[in-house]
Amino acid sequence: MGIRRRAVLFGSLAVAGAGMFGLKWSGSRAMAEAKAATVRPGEGGFAAFLKIAPDDTITLYSPTIDFGQGAHTAQAQLVAEELGVDPARIVVAQAPALPGFANAGIIEGFGAEMVSPAFAHLPASVLGLVARAIPMQMTGGSSGVRYTGQIALRRAAAGARALLTAEAADRLGVPAAQIVLEDGRARHTGSGRALRLGELAEAAAQRRLWTEPTPGAARRGRAIGQSPLRQDIPGKVDGTAVYGIDVTLPDMRVATLVMAPVRGGKLEAVDTRPARAIAGVEKVIQLEDAVVVVARGYWPALKGVRALSPRFADGGHGGLNSPGIYAAQDALRRAGKPDKTAGEGDVAAALADPAARTVSADYRVPYLHHAMMEPFAVTAHRQGDRLDIWAGLQDPLLVRHMAAEVAGLPESAVTVHTTIMGGGFGRRFPAQCEVIGQAVRVASQCPWPVKLIWSREQEVQHGSYRAQASARLTAALRDGRITAMRTDYAQGDNVEGEVHFLYEVPATERRHFAFKTNQLDGPFRSVNANPFGYWTESFIDELAHAVGEDPYRFRRKHLAEGSRHVRVLDEAARRAGWGTPPPPGVGRGIALVESFGTIVAEVVEAALREDGYPRVQRVTAVVDCGTTVNPRNAEAQISGGIIQALSTAIAEEITLDQGAVVQSNFTDYPLLRLAEAPPRIDVHFIESGAPLGGIGEPGVPPATPALVNALFALTGKRVRTLPIRDQARA
Amino acid sequence: MPIEATVNGRTVRFAGESDTPLLWALREELGLTGTKFGCGVAACGACTVHVDGAPVRSCSLPLAAAAGTVITTIEGLKSADGQLHPVQQAWIDQQVPQCGYCQSGQIMAAVALLQQTPQPSDEAIDAAMTNLCRCGTYPRIRAAIHAATGQAADAAAGAA
Ligand code: FES
Ligand code: FES
Repeated sequence: MGIRRRAVLFGSLAVAGAGMFGLKWSGSRAMAEAKAATVRPGEGGFAAFLKIAPDDTITLYSPTIDFGQGAHTAQAQLVAEELGVDPARIVVAQAPALPGFANAGIIEGFGAEMVSPAFAHLPASVLGLVARAIPMQMTGGSSGVRYTGQIALRRAAAGARALLTAEAADRLGVPAAQIVLEDGRARHTGSGRALRLGELAEAAAQRRLWTEPTPGAARRGRAIGQSPLRQDIPGKVDGTAVYGIDVTLPDMRVATLVMAPVRGGKLEAVDTRPARAIAGVEKVIQLEDAVVVVARGYWPALKGVRALSPRFADGGHGGLNSPGIYAAQDALRRAGKPDKTAGEGDVAAALADPAARTVSADYRVPYLHHAMMEPFAVTAHRQGDRLDIWAGLQDPLLVRHMAAEVAGLPESAVTVHTTIMGGGFGRRFPAQCEVIGQAVRVASQCPWPVKLIWSREQEVQHGSYRAQASARLTAALRDGRITAMRTDYAQGDNVEGEVHFLYEVPATERRHFAFKTNQLDGPFRSVNANPFGYWTESFIDELAHAVGEDPYRFRRKHLAEGSRHVRVLDEAARRAGWGTPPPPGVGRGIALVESFGTIVAEVVEAALREDGYPRVQRVTAVVDCGTTVNPRNAEAQISGGIIQALSTAIAEEITLDQGAVVQSNFTDYPLLRLAEAPPRIDVHFIESGAPLGGIGEPGVPPATPALVNALFALTGKRVRTLPIRDQARA
Repeated sequence: MPIEATVNGRTVRFAGESDTPLLWALREELGLTGTKFGCGVAACGACTVHVDGAPVRSCSLPLAAAAGTVITTIEGLKSADGQLHPVQQAWIDQQVPQCGYCQSGQIMAAVALLQQTPQPSDEAIDAAMTNLCRCGTYPRIRAAIHAATGQAADAAAGAA
C-alpha cells in the first residue's frame, strides 16, 4: 500500500532532522500558508488543524477522509474531550490539500509500528516537518482515530488548551494551574470567573508554546465513549451531499472512456469518427492505453465510447488466466526460493521431529473487486498555468502532487477540492488511481472543466484488486499441541504488515514468494489480515480436528493465559453459546484475528441453502480496540465489515481469461443483498483500556474463516478455495 | 420533440435525446444529483426514483418511457414545509448511512415499500429491499424501516 515504503523513507528523514528544528509550533512557510487559507482576523488558529472563532465556533480541519467510517465524528470527540466542550459544537471540515495540513499523526503512528518505536519519541514538530516534506494526507490502515485523531489532532487540541489556559490566567491575573476548561469556557476554580474560548482564541493563538503539548489518554470521559450524531448524515438522506460524481461547474463537459482490456496493453489504433458522429459528443481523446469521449453529458459520452472499436495490444499478457495463475503460484512455492522470510524458532527441526505429526493444506483466494458504490469520477479544469481538481480520493496531498507532475506544473499551481466519496475500501489510494492522470490529460486538451466518470464495467475490469494468492500451511503437532507452523504464500508484493500470529507456538515461519502479473494488486479493507486471517484460522480449525479437540478449546490452550486474546475469545464463545447444540441444520464456527491494533473474535452460525450456498444466520463478534471512542459508529464498522467479508467469501471472484477480466458488472460480480445478510449480528466491545486500536478494518478478517469453520462443522467439508459458493454441499 | 413529465411536483420539459436514461436527465439536466449512478444496468438500485408511485431504476428507463409520468426523487421527499419524510428521519435516528452513496436509492425503495405495505414483515422487507450496499448497512436499513412504520403508516393514512 506504499505506507511501508514511505515509512522507511521518512524514517531516515525524521531522524536526520531531529536535532535541528527543536520545537516550533508555528512560523514555517507551510503553516503560514495553512493559516492564510483558513483563519480570518479575530479567529485563533492552532497548529493548523483547529480554529476557534469569536462566536465560540470550533472548527476542526481534518486531514482524514471520511467515507462513512465515522472518523470525523470520533476525531471531534477526541478534541472535545481535550477542550472540555460538547462534541456537537465542533464543526468538522475537510482540511485543504496543503502541506500545513499534512497528516503527521499517521506518520508517527505507522512510523512507530513499522520502522522503529523511537518514532513515538520524536518531537511533534519534527514529525510535522517530515509530514509536510512528503505530500501525505493519507486515510487508511484504520488509523483515523488511533493515529491521526489521538496523535495529531489531540495534540493540536492539547496545545490549544495550554495556550487558552495561559491567556485566561493572564487576563484574570491568576495562576494557570487554577484555570479549567469546561463547557466552552476557561474558568478560574477559586472565584468562578470565566472567559469564553471565543474571546481568548485570537490572542491565545499568538502566544508561544514552550513545551510539547501532552494530550490526555483516550479514556472514556464526557465526550469519549459517547455516540453523538454524525454531521454528514442529514445530507446523505436528503440528496444534498455532493460526491465527486455530483460536481457540477459552469460550462462543464462529461467524459467516459474505454481502457485496454488487458492491463498493460496500449492503444494501437482507433477510428474516432463513429463517436464524433453522435449528437452531444465534442471530442475524442486518445491516451496511451485508453480512448476518452468528451460530451455534453454522460449518456452521449457513453454512446460515443460504445460506438468505437479501438484496437489495443495485450502488452504480452494475453496468455494469462486464473487457473494458470494458481498453477504458476504453486510452482513458485514448490521451487522453494522465498523472497522474504519472517518468524522465529527452528521450524525445519520441529517438522522433522519423528514424534510429531505433520499436517498441511493448500489454500487459495481470488482477486477481489472493491466495488465501492460510487465509480471513479474526477473533474479537472486547466486554465493556463492553473489546474483545479475535484476528487474524493484517500490522500488529497498526493493527488495534488500527482496532478502537478502530469500537468507539468508546480504543486502550488494545483488546487485540489476534496469531495466526499461513495466508498473506498482501499481502492482510492491515489498511487493506484489512473483516473487522476487521465482527468488531467483530458482537461489539458479541453477549454472546459471536464468530469471524467468511469463506467461500472471499467471499474470492475480495471481494479487494484485484492491479490489472488495461493498458500500452503504446514504444521507439526505433538501431544495435542502445535510445535511448528509454516506459511508459504505466493502473491504480488503486498504489505507484510497486519499479519499477527497469535498463538504460542515455539517455531513459526512465513515465507513470501513474490508473484507478479499484469494486475495491480492493491490494499483491500484489512489488507493482508484478510487472506492471512482466512487461511490461518481455517487451518487452526483443521489442526484442532486433527487432534480431536474442540476448536475453541484448542485455540484457547495455545493463547497466553490472562491475555487480551483469551478474554476476547472467551467472551465470544460465551455470548454465542459455544458448547450448546446449534439449531438443527446449522453449523457453528469460530475465528480470532488481531489486526490494526484491535483483537476480534467472531462466531458464525450458518446453514446451507437449497442451492448449496451458505446462509449465515447469526454472527457474534467481540472486539477489544482498547477504548471505544464512539460505540454506535464502532458497531456499524464491525457489522458492515462482517457483511462485506461474507459477501466476498461467499460469491465474489474476479477471474482473468486471455489476460482480461471476465466479470463486468454486478450481474456477474454479485454482492450480498439485504435478504442474504445475517438476520442477527451482535457486536460486543471489551473496554480493556489498551492503546487505541483501529475499527474500520478489524471486523473483516475473522468472518470468512468463522464461516468456513461453521460449514465444516455442518457438513464435514473444508473449503480451501474461495469463493465458497456451493462447495460445502454434501 | 421535447419530453414532458412532472418531477417533484413541477412540470419539466427535457431537452435530451429520447433514449437518454431518466437518471442522466435528472442529474445533468435538472441538477437533481441526489439520485446516484452505480451500475447503469438496473443491478444496484442506487438510481431508484418513483415513477407514478412505483420504485423504478432510472438508469434503465429511457426518457421516452417517462413521458407524461409523475416522478419523485430523493429531493422531492420532504414535505412542502421542509419537514423530512418519516423514512428519512428514521434513517437519521438509526444513523443508517456510512458512505451514503446507496442511501438515496435505499430510502426511495423503502418509501415505496411502506406505501404498499405500511407494516412490512421481515420477509416483505427482504423481498422489496434488493438495492446493494457495499458498506453493509443492511441491519440498520431493516431497523430503520421497522422504526419508521408507525409514523409512515400515519403519514400514508393522512395522505389518503
Ligand atoms: S445505477 Fe441504476 S440500478 Fe445501478
Ligand atoms: S452506505 Fe455505502 S454503499 Fe451503502
